[in-house]
Amino acid sequence: MHELSIAMSIVELAEEETERRGVQIDAVHLKLGALSGVVKAALLSCYEMACENTPLKGSRLVVEEVPVVIFCPSCRAQRPLSSVQLFCCPECGTPCSEIVQGRELEVVALEIQECAPNPV
Amino acid sequence: MRPEPRLIEVRKNVLKQNDVVARALRDRFRGAGVFVVSLVSSPGSGKTAFLERTLTLLRPNYRVAALVGDLATENDALRLARSQAPVKQITTGTLCHLEAAMVQSALEGWDLNQLDFLFIENVGNLVCPSSYDLGEDLRLVLISVTEGEDKPLKYPTIFNSADVAVVTKVDLAAAVEFGWKTAYDNIQAVRPGMPVLKVSAKTGEGMEEYLSFLAARLIELRQAAVV
Repeated sequence: MHELSIAMSIVELAEEETERRGVQIDAVHLKLGALSGVVKAALLSCYEMACENTPLKGSRLVVEEVPVVIFCPSCRAQRPLSSVQLFCCPECGTPCSEIVQGRELEVVALEIQECAPNPV
Repeated sequence: MRPEPRLIEVRKNVLKQNDVVARALRDRFRGAGVFVVSLVSSPGSGKTAFLERTLTLLRPNYRVAALVGDLATENDALRLARSQAPVKQITTGTLCHLEAAMVQSALEGWDLNQLDFLFIENVGNLVCPSSYDLGEDLRLVLISVTEGEDKPLKYPTIFNSADVAVVTKVDLAAAVEFGWKTAYDNIQAVRPGMPVLKVSAKTGEGMEEYLSFLAARLIELRQAAVV
């Protein structure tokens, strides 16, 4: 269970952006590959904990799960894997070891509140 | 005026910090011409016995050293030290895996130029270590015959992240009616083309084949460095 340290890294990364841009973050958008080794549910519960006592407190973690896509050398095409327990082309059955996507563990966007300048 | 939510694109790898350190380590290893092997497996699959045998057998001909990760105790380092090779324990506290920075600090004071092989034994865990690059050249995933043939299907992520599967404790295979074909097929299902080695650290079976495999990889590494 390493989701807490992953959640803390996400918060740290978002915190840096908060300071750099001087904005308040409402949500962090994350791409999570099926082969990232990280469990979404565990990560979500750890995220809240990791946000405590940081400027990210109260923010949301929006997770987009990314399925595994392999390259099939026989079809010469990218195909989505039907199961991570079987690295074979779902069309022709050729064993495939070239992974095109599915390892992602990436912060892709930050949702911020943009306030209009104070009309003073 | 109501604040408008807005999305700022970022695209940052969460494990970037680890990956940066791992890349620096890999460059150092390459520069020193040392071949680095990491071992991952569940607790009790025989990593330490296998590594002790490996170090003992390699030592007459190669300069070898090992780092060994555990949550607590120095027991494994003491066991491995019987091989006479330099060994350092990394105790992770409650952390369930090794990270590149831990490897980096454990290497302080060691002259990598004086080594041919460096082994890194990860914490016994088939989940968390899969996400962390340690700068190794080769990742071995161990599965003992006593664990059952379906380990690869239960932990596809770590099997997929490894380069070679090593089936350990083969001296017990008959006693536990280990299904070789099923195990092999399961490994190939989650990582097509992955070489599978069979060893017994106790009897020495399969060790010679494994050591020749390592020796060949060391030669490859050094030839690539020359070119």
